Amino acid sequence: MNGPTVLLDPTAELAPVARALSARPPSLDGKRVGILDISKARGNVFLDRVDELLAGRGITVMRYRKPTFTRPAPAVLVQQIAAEVDLVVEGLAD
Amino acid sequence: MPSLPDGLVVVAKRECPTCTLVEPLLAELTADGTPVTVYVQDDPAFGRGATRVVDDTRLEHSFALDVEIVPTLIRVEDGREVERTYGWHRGDWQRISGRAGLGAALPEVRPGCGSLTLEPGVAETLAVRFGRAKFASRAVEIGAAEDPEEACFARGWSDGLPVIPPTRERVLRMLSGTTRDPGEIIGMVPPDLAPCTVEKVAINAVMAGCKPEYLPVVLAAVEAALIDEFGMHGILCTTMFCGPLVVVNGPIAQAIGMNSGVNALGQGNRANATIGRALQLVIRNVGGGRPGEVDRSALGTPGKYTFCFAEAEHPQWNPLSVERGFARGTNTVTLFAGEGVQGIVDQKSRTPESLARTFALCMRAVDHPKLAMAGDALLVVSPEHSRVFFDAGWSKARLLEELTALLQLPGDEMVVGAGGIAEGLPLSMKGTRVPKFRPGGIQIVRAGGSAGLFSAVIAGWAASGPVGSTPVTKEITT
Repeated sequence: MNGPTVLLDPTAELAPVARALSARPPSLDGKRVGILDISKARGNVFLDRVDELLAGRGITVMRYRKPTFTRPAPAVLVQQIAAEVDLVVEGLAD
Repeated sequence: MPSLPDGLVVVAKRECPTCTLVEPLLAELTADGTPVTVYVQDDPAFGRGATRVVDDTRLEHSFALDVEIVPTLIRVEDGREVERTYGWHRGDWQRISGRAGLGAALPEVRPGCGSLTLEPGVAETLAVRFGRAKFASRAVEIGAAEDPEEACFARGWSDGLPVIPPTRERVLRMLSGTTRDPGEIIGMVPPDLAPCTVEKVAINAVMAGCKPEYLPVVLAAVEAALIDEFGMHGILCTTMFCGPLVVVNGPIAQAIGMNSGVNALGQGNRANATIGRALQLVIRNVGGGRPGEVDRSALGTPGKYTFCFAEAEHPQWNPLSVERGFARGTNTVTLFAGEGVQGIVDQKSRTPESLARTFALCMRAVDHPKLAMAGDALLVVSPEHSRVFFDAGWSKARLLEELTALLQLPGDEMVVGAGGIAEGLPLSMKGTRVPKFRPGGIQIVRAGGSAGLFSAVIAGWAASGPVGSTPVTKEITT
């Protein structure tokens, strides 16, 4: 077994190696929020409550569901979410 | 690398017939109590009769000893090498071992075989594995399950096409293409004005797909792009189309297999494609020049992936490098802030006068037929068209002179509003003759396949000249 693949940085090294997370929106005002249920048992109970809380603040919520939690979301679903909402809430694991 | 064991050291591989020839001598060498250590490169079962056999299939010892040929025999005293020989030379082996009758039954001489450390591609791997290769650039370790090509995309290092992942072994191999110190800073790359070392250029050349022998051309191209009058920052950030176009002159073009013939401005030649691409990757990665950020081009041009070709030099015309002040035969790169390729079709002209008129008429389209003294032009004359000028004894300089005269244009047709078109020159130009191009604003090169009465004009940046970009030429060194 060879060691890990090491690449040499082709850039001027002005940014850290670890990639930054996407910037957080300062507020949810006027944003459309997606909720993605990964189809884990009873995940819907938690996500329904998140939905209620967001809707109570006047935020548009769209619901999505993966066919199974065992596989990555199908590309079509990812594209649909990306086209329809500004940000997405996704629960991972149990 | 631990210190060497005293006594005799033999580096060998089973695959080598000369090694198997000397294997029976190992026991004889130990007979007087001399310790004999065998480092074996391929089969640890080799070396019967030796005091100790060391499995060197990782080649650590062979590499540290700089072994080129097996078998290599070394005499070691107090942990230091005293003498060595390689292959089988009976007299040498007898002297080094101090055993006068050694191998009396063997032929006097048998050449050895190449050490596994010298197999193609192995040397760089060993230099990295055993720490001899040092890099200044940051090491980026990617995930075990991460695809290296995808990792390069994910980190934003690509121009949109796949890049070769810049592993240390590949970068080391690339650096073998130049005699320059990897740490040498060759300039500050816009827009970030980040210092650029030879090593950074090599990394980007790997990613572009260059061979090591292209590296001197890439280095010259990057250095040329950083010359102030070329105006690389402006070329990058303009809303217009241009990118750095590279023309290569001199014998190096043929030596590294560049294309100056059929489809010279097109795809299909590794050197053309990857040298131009390497320059753009340096601008992107070292300089931070990315589309949508500082690169504000409204449309861009496919040449911004790569635009590099060689001139089809011919004894009857001075190559571009000579026109630009270098001796014929000098290897040079000339950089031009080029837009796209506009074809010139003229299949009927058989006189230089007629063909020059065609060229001049087509060159009026640079920027806009009603604009002048804005963008430069690079005229690419094909072999069939150039023959018309050769046959009539027109030098390149003569063609340039004629074009300059033909491109003194009527201001009346070019001022704002003329022809019902708002775009145009100031009304004050009415009644005057207007030169289409600034002095020095036309470059001529010869390139292309042997069939086709076609040439091409490549428009320059509309901010050509001291205001924006002036073509630059740089000698290619080793």
